[in-house]
Parts: sequence; structure tokens; C-alpha cells
Amino acid sequence: MDPEPFEVGHAVQEAINILSSSRNGVQISEALGTIKCYLGGTENQAPLKEREEFTRVHFSAFLRGLVSNLSPDWIELLTSDQQKELWDSFFLEGPADQVFLVLLDSIISTGPSFRLMKVISILEQFLQTGGMSALMWEVCHQQAQAGLPTFQETLLNKVVCLPDHLCNKLQGNNLPIFFPQNYFPLLATEIIQVLQRISDSLRGGLDCSISFVSQVLGKVCVHGRREEILNVLVPRLMDLTKVDCIWQRMCWRLVECVPDRWIEAVVCGFIQKAPGADVLSRLLGNLVVKNKKAQFVVTQKLLLLQYSYVTAVLQNLLGYLALDSLRRSLLIKVLKELLETWGSSSAVKHSPVEQQLYVSKAILICLSHLKEPEIESNGQELLTSMMGGMKCHLDSNLPRVRRLGMIVAESISSRITTDGPCLKFQYEDDDETRELKSLQQTARLQLPVTDLPNAGNDSPSATPKAVSKRSGNPHPAASAVPEEESDLELDSDDDLIPYDMSEDKELRKMKAPVYIRDCIEVLTGSEDMDKWEATMKVLESLIRRNSATTREVSMELAKVLLHLEEKTYIEGFMELRKRALVAVTITDPVPVVQYLTSQFYSLNYSLCQRMDILDVLALAAQELSQPQASGKNKPRSTQSPCTLTVPCSDSSQNWRRIVDERIKSKTHRLAKSQSLVEPACGPNKFSSLAGHFFFPLIQNFDRPLVTFDLLGDDHLVLGRLAHTLAILMYFAIHTVAAAAMGKSLLEFVWALRFHTDSYVRQGLLSAVSSILLSIPSERLLEDMTDEFLETQSWLADVAEKDPDGDCRRLAWQNLLLMENLLKKLRSVPS
Amino acid sequence: MALPPPDPQFVLRGTSAEVHTLHFYCGDQEPDYPILFSGSSNGLIHVWNLKTRRVDTILDGHGGKSVYWLEAIYGRDRLLSQGRNQQICLWDLAEGRNTVTDSVLTENVGFCKSSLLKVAQGHWLMAMPGKDLDEVQVLELPSKTSVCTLKPEADAKPGMPMCLKLWQPDFGSCPFLLAGYEDGSVILWNLSGGKILSRLACHQEPVMSLDFDSEKTKGVSGSSEEVLTVWSLDEQQNLKVQKTHKLVNAGIADVAIRQDKKILATAGWDHRIRIFGWKKLKPLAILDYHTATVHCVSFSDHSRPSERLLAAGSKDHRISIWSIYNQTSGALHCPLETRKPD
Repeated sequence: MDPEPFEVGHAVQEAINILSSSRNGVQISEALGTIKCYLGGTENQAPLKEREEFTRVHFSAFLRGLVSNLSPDWIELLTSDQQKELWDSFFLEGPADQVFLVLLDSIISTGPSFRLMKVISILEQFLQTGGMSALMWEVCHQQAQAGLPTFQETLLNKVVCLPDHLCNKLQGNNLPIFFPQNYFPLLATEIIQVLQRISDSLRGGLDCSISFVSQVLGKVCVHGRREEILNVLVPRLMDLTKVDCIWQRMCWRLVECVPDRWIEAVVCGFIQKAPGADVLSRLLGNLVVKNKKAQFVVTQKLLLLQYSYVTAVLQNLLGYLALDSLRRSLLIKVLKELLETWGSSSAVKHSPVEQQLYVSKAILICLSHLKEPEIESNGQELLTSMMGGMKCHLDSNLPRVRRLGMIVAESISSRITTDGPCLKFQYEDDDETRELKSLQQTARLQLPVTDLPNAGNDSPSATPKAVSKRSGNPHPAASAVPEEESDLELDSDDDLIPYDMSEDKELRKMKAPVYIRDCIEVLTGSEDMDKWEATMKVLESLIRRNSATTREVSMELAKVLLHLEEKTYIEGFMELRKRALVAVTITDPVPVVQYLTSQFYSLNYSLCQRMDILDVLALAAQELSQPQASGKNKPRSTQSPCTLTVPCSDSSQNWRRIVDERIKSKTHRLAKSQSLVEPACGPNKFSSLAGHFFFPLIQNFDRPLVTFDLLGDDHLVLGRLAHTLAILMYFAIHTVAAAAMGKSLLEFVWALRFHTDSYVRQGLLSAVSSILLSIPSERLLEDMTDEFLETQSWLADVAEKDPDGDCRRLAWQNLLLMENLLKKLRSVPS
Repeated sequence: MALPPPDPQFVLRGTSAEVHTLHFYCGDQEPDYPILFSGSSNGLIHVWNLKTRRVDTILDGHGGKSVYWLEAIYGRDRLLSQGRNQQICLWDLAEGRNTVTDSVLTENVGFCKSSLLKVAQGHWLMAMPGKDLDEVQVLELPSKTSVCTLKPEADAKPGMPMCLKLWQPDFGSCPFLLAGYEDGSVILWNLSGGKILSRLACHQEPVMSLDFDSEKTKGVSGSSEEVLTVWSLDEQQNLKVQKTHKLVNAGIADVAIRQDKKILATAGWDHRIRIFGWKKLKPLAILDYHTATVHCVSFSDHSRPSERLLAAGSKDHRISIWSIYNQTSGALHCPLETRKPD
């Protein structure tokens, strides 16, 4: 062995000894100077071999020696210049990885002291002077030769967890630079620096490993600091990769080298942060093809298992898949899987609407990315899955789900049938449908027109295609240049601005019948459509005005109205018919309600008629239970008494009034008292009738008929029935029958509580709410304790596990109501 | 969003019968207040003071038969009224008098309104339906001498005259008469020769009313069908259809062009008053107030344009008074509209 290693070791040992024992400033600075020669960078440096030896073997130990000697009186021995030049420089100029480890180790092991403060300030300087990039560069450099896995592992941990360590140590006295929101952006810029150095060295023909940087990135992301680091990193990378293919490859490498266990966090972060699919494609390359884990994340997890991302993320992701021929096969695979989920009736029934919306969006975006030949080759499959999916969506009771099904089916059919008619549904447009529809078009326009650097770009054909498509679809604003009427005559009526003329409609000449019997005649026999229409329009008011005559023919009228069909188009026919039926029901409740409830469970009615019966019963119950407000009441005085004392000449009273009013105007009332307005009052007409409404309806629900099976296919009507029963229960508050009604309603709920349809469950839950509100709490808790407790546990279950958000919310509400009831009962000891 | 149509400025009630005709007299002198004459189906003529919005005088001179034409002559002191008792009466209203000073027997059983034209100071021509069903007589007033009798040739068969309009070109040649007939045609008569100058079959149904703009030599006619027709008269004295406008509901009882030739009002059987721009027949407003057929519309000739009113009389016994499009610029209707420099 050479004598030199020994020499270096000896010198270091000696220096450490001097440092620890000597109290002489000159001696100490001399010793430090000697060692500094080994560090290099000064004019009288040691030979190369000795320097390498020093940095490899002795540097850490020496640093540790330096730190351990640190104390206020010891550092006094050096002048401040010497401190900077000799002491600090070891940390700031020496090999960064070792420095960093020594610093962090000593921070972790030292209690609050002068030494700690000094070490922290050195660490701060270390960070500010680009120590992290030096550190990462050091590791990357070494890695190219040979790695020390454990050492790197420790280093990685320390780099990523630095904010945690310092926060634990310093508590309230932490420095801003160590805050995560500052540290990680700093780390990101340092990463860019390192990448810059790596790219330089690659250009110089030197090999370099990037995997440590990848590990840092991955670990930071998985530690939940994705936002901070990628907010800085992604825009920089985006700029750098725009023109430079070495940078692009480095970026791909950077993501590829992230260990599998962290790749999900990194990929998700990139997809979220990238401003567009083309950028994402530039940053990730063909990662999804190479890395199984990334593929799983992109094609399965982000699309099918999660649904919290915004539409832009979906567009990024699917656009990224569409941009390269290697990835396009994945796009088709993804579409098939999405369609499978979309078309599965169990998914439609059991997954939350938000997820269905997310899947639908993904399908629409996928479709917009597919090209004609791809569609053609998969046309049959698309058609079958569309038919299946459409069926189970249209079966759903939730209008939103139905609409989703319609939109997706429409768009699939418009893609697979290029010529000839495609599916067209009728639904009302709202913001959601408009957004969905816009997805079909925008994604097609969003294909990038910026040309990628040619490295790895296998699909140059995408670019011209996108351009041609764009020109084919001229922007509507461009064509809609306001065309000035060139042949505008000077002599025109333009200075006269027309008024609204929408009211100008055809005048109806037909005289409406005046007697109810005439109405029945017209409705049953007449072929004169004008007369028929006029009759429909006056019927409700006629019935309400002539209650005595109505009572004579109420059954007949109810029968006619229930079976009435829309012979000719009348605006709001359904509403008119319903209102007339309600009017009949109110004028002569008992027989009509008996008739209607018996018809609900009889043969040969359409679902629509049955649901109309339910609606009519609910509306009639509402009207009956409300006090007769209009007509008989005196006009309400809305003014408060204090403003009514105006005509008063007495000055002192006047003064009083002004002050009162001022006080009133400056006072905020949290709850405005309603006591001043006399509420309309009258007997509740519903109380004696509640039973007639309720019991016939709840009796037969479990007896299927040939054409009507509530527990089977007709769950829409079952849902309506549950809601109607809930409404009837609610209006039966303060009635004698309420308790009995509640009991049987609870049994009804209990029997149906595991129904698969969420609309039915919602109905049941609102029924429970009505029960809780309408039945006196004593009766509820004394007579129905078992049912009450069973329901409570069921509600807790629903609140926890139900896939439908509305169900969960209703269940929580019910639980809260129950809690309040119990509390009230406890507070009033009986 | 267009503004909703305005409401009537006020409504005159109290005729207790269908209102068949309206005539404004506004006067030029300041102390005079504008008045409105209305003739109703019970034979009464109401003189409304538009300042107090009350009836000043009620004239009864047609024996309970409906009054269907009114026109002031000699300022506000003389009034011509035509009623179904086949009389045209001349009323003296000066100094609080209300007596019939003169009358003409038309011997016509139709309900064609007469037409009056001032040809010189103190001289008028009046066209009225004649004794024979298809005949129109033109008298000179105040002498009541017959100027001519206009009778279509035997094979023309236009039926009864339904509405008349005497007019004189601005350059002051002899007057012409436009008459709408039962068969839907409009005939231009030359009074001096008693000859038909032009005949235009512009409607399928009887012409109920017409009005003519002598400046632009074009006129408008309405019939019992749902079409409003604008026709023009060219230099060769030929009538030509210029434009037709299809209405939502059939039947126009009366048309009137405002004196400033800017707008046109029609009285509809569908209870609505329609306002059009006169230049291009642009629909401007639908005034929906009445609950029965509107029989007549009339514009006031107030000297100040901003106070010009529109009156409409209806079968529902009411007279609605409207103030519409009488700002000199559109500024009040739409402050943001910048006016095009002409």
C-alpha cells in the first residue's frame, strides 16, 4: 500500500486533535488551512490522489470533528473572516452529499444550542447557494460508476424529509426556507439545474445516470408534495422540451426511472399539471407502453376507479393516448373498457351519478379522438355496447342518468353511422348536457398543431389532419360578420322601434261551456277540437265555482278525466287535466279518493295514469290540509303597528316615533318576527280524510297484477308511490290517524329498505322523515320503539354505505331528526 | 328584448253603446282644449273634453240609429254626422248650441262612411253613398249641389261602395275619389269626368276601410280577410299592389294613417289595434286592450307632435286613448340606440 493514504489520514487526525484540544486561534487556523489544501480550489493544493483520498475517506469524519468542536468560545478564537474562509468553506465547497448528511445528522442529534443554530445557518446557506443541485449532481455522477445503495437511500430520505426534520427540531422557530411550500419549489429549480448539467455532460459525450433525480421526484410526489414541486417543474420542462430532443429524452428518462411504487403519484401529477395533451405527450413519451404500472394507472385507475378529476385532466389523458400510434391501441382498449362499465346495468344502478358522468365524459372524449377507420373496424362492438348501455340507462329512474345515457348513445350512433339517420333523443338542454356535447367537438379541435420535435414522433399524420379539420369547421364567429343591409333605403321605418309582439296569437272564437254537464259531454263525445280545448281550459274554474253541481257528477267526471287522452295538442294539457282532477277531488273527496285509490291497483292502466293518480292525491292532500287562505280572509296588514301611529300631531309622540324608526333601521334582526302577520286559519279538512287517502294506497303494493308489478319492473311507480305516501304522511300531521299511518308506513319502509333502485330508496327515506315530523314523538317512541330502533340502525347503514349521494344526505337528515327527538324527550322528563 | 307594448293613456267610458266612429278636433289656439267626437250605435254623439276627460255635450239627432261617420267642418263649431237613419246632419255647436241646422238625405241603406275634402276656403266636397246601391254621390258644401254621381258601368258589378276617400294631389288639379267596393276592389274615380281611372282587385272579401297618402300616392286597405294591402298609384293613374301583410286574425274594421305619414293603425275584429310603420309596413306594436271588436281608429291632428294621440272605439263600449310613437326621435324608446346619420 502506498504511504500516502496513511499520510493523509495522519494529517487529518492531527488536525482534528489540534482542533479539539488547542485554544490557540493561530494554531487552529493553520490546521484548518492544511486540511483545506486537500479540498482543492486554492493555489497551493495537494496532489490529486491525496485530494481524492481525502474526500472519499476522511471528509465526513473531519466535518463531524468540526461540528462537534463547535462552541461559542471556540469559534471566538477565529476572526470572522477566518470563520468564513476556513470553517464555512468546508461545508459550502466540500462534496455536497457528505456535507448534507453530516449537517442533517448533527441537526437531528443536537439539542437546542449554539451549535444547532450555527449548523442550521450553514444549512440555510447550503441551500441558498445551490447545494442541493450539487448534491444531486454528485450522486448522479457517482451512480454512473458505481452506486452505494444504502448511502443513496439515506440521502434520498434526508433530502425529501428535510422540512419534516427541521420542523420537528425547531418547532416555532423554523426558518421560512425550510417550509415545505418554499423548500419544494426550490428543490424543483435545483432539479432543473441538475438536469441542465446532465444534459451538458450528455452533449459532451459523458454518460450520466438520472435515476437519483427520479427517485427524489417520485418520493416527493408520494409524500404529498406533488403540487409544490410540479407547479415549478412542469412549466420549466415544458419550455425546455419544446425545441430540444435531448431534453425531451431526459424528461422521458426522468419519469421512466421513477421506481414503480412511486410512479402513480408522478404520472397523476404530470397529467394534472400539463396544460394540454401535446405537452403531456412531450413530457411522458411512450411511458404507458413501456411501464406496466404506469399503464395501469393511466388506463384503469384514473378512468375507471377514480372520478374526482376535472374534465381538462380527462382531455389531457385521452388526448395523450391518442397522439401516438403506439398508444392508440390503448385508446381503443380504454374505450371498450369504458363502454363496458357504462353499459353494465349493475354499474348504472350502484355507482354514484358523478362517476357515471365522469365515465360518460371519458367516452365522449375517446370517441372524438377516434378516426374513421378505427370506428369502422370496431363499429359492431360499439353498436352492441351502445344498445346494451342505452337500455340500462333508460331504465333508470334518475333523469340525470337517463340523460347521460341519451347523450352518450347519440354521440356513439352519430360516429358509427356516418351516413343515414342517427339516434336522436328528446331532452332539455342544461349546462351539463351542453358541456357534454361540447366535449365531442372540442376534443377534435384540440389535437395539437404545434409540431413536436421529430424524436419519437411516430404520428406526423395527426398534424395535417387536425389542421384540415379545423379549416373544415370554420369558427362560427368568423362567418357571422354582421352583414350591414347594403340596400338600406333612406326611407325606412328603422327609427321606430317595435314593441314586443309575441302576444299576437290566434283569437279563439269558440265559446267555452258554462255548465259542468256540458263539459262532460264535450270531453266524452265531441269531435270539435276547438270546443274541446276551450272546455279543458275552463274546466278547473268551473268545478271550483260550482261545488254543488260537481258533487252530483263527481265520480263520472273523475272517470272521464282519468281516461282522458290528448286528442289534439293543447299547451299544458297534462297540467290542465291534473288541475281539474285535483279540483274534483277536493270538492267531493271521499268517493273520488276511493275511486282513484282503487283504480291505482286495478288492471289496464298505463304507468302514466297511475302516476297521475298519485300526483293528484298528493296535490289534493296538500290543498285540503292548508287553511283556506284566499277570499275569506281580511287583507293582511303587513305594516307593523309602530308605523301605523303616523297621524298624530302631538310633537312628543312624533319624536318618539322618529327615534323608534331610527333604532329600527339600525337594528339587525336575525329572525324577523312573523307574529304581526295574522296567519290564515281554518279547520284542517285533511284530518278526517287522511285515512281514505293513505290506507288503500299502501295496502296492495306487494300483489302483482298481470300488467302491473310494483316490486318488479315498475320500480319507477314504486318510487313515486313511496314519495306520495311520504307526502300524505307529512300532511297528516296533527291528525288522529297519523300514528296508525306511521306504523304501517314504517312497515312498508322496512319491507322495501334494500331496494336496488336509488329513487325508491329516496322515497323511503323521505317517508321516514315525514314519519318523524308528523307523529308525536311520545307515540313514536312508546308505541313503535322496535321499529324506531330498527330504522335507526338501517339509516346509519345507509348514511355510511349508500352509493347515492342524495340517499346518504337524506339518511343523515333523518338521523339528525331522530337525535333531536330523543334529546327533546330527555329534556322534558315525563 | 323588446319592450312590452304600452298601456292606454286613458280610457273613456260612458257611451253605453258600441262606438262606431271617432273624430278628433284639436284646434290651434291655446285656450282651446282638444276634443274628441264619438258616435255610437245608440245614435248619440258624445263630445269629449280631452283635458278633463269627461263628456262635454251629448248630441242626439239620428233617432236612435247608429252614427258611423263624424267630421268637423268650420273649426269646432260645425259638425257633420252620418247615421243609419239615412241622414247626414250638420250641427251647430258654437256658443253652447247643439242644434241640427241642416241635413242631407242619403237614401242609402248601407254603412259606407262618407268622405269630406276641403277644396277652397268655405268650400268642401263631400262624397257619400248614393241612392242606388252601387252609386256614389259627390256634393258641394255648403250649397249641397250635386257635383257628380259615380256609377260603375253595368258590367263592372263591384257591388256596394264600402268606404270612400276623397283626395286632391298637391299640385291642385281636380280631386279624385278612391272607393272600396263590396267585391274587394278599389276604384279610382276622376270626379271631373265621372270615369273610372283604375280598378284594382286587391281583396277577396269586401274592402272595409282604406286610407290614402297623397304625398307618396300610395294607400292602404283592409278587408274582412286577414290581409292588409298597400297599393300605389303611378303617374299613369294606375293602381298597383305594392305589398301585402298577413295578419294573425282576420278582419280589419278601420285603417288610419297618421298625419305625419309615419305610422298606420288598424282596428281589428280580433280586439287588437295594430301599429305599422307606414314606409315599409313594418309591424311595430299590437295594442291589446279591448275585449271586443275594435270598430274604428283615429289619430289626433294636434299641432304639437308629442301630444298627438290615437283613439280606438270598440264594441265593448270603450274608447281607448293611446300615446304611441309620438316622440320626434326614437331616443325615448331606446336610449342606447345611436341614430344613423342620414
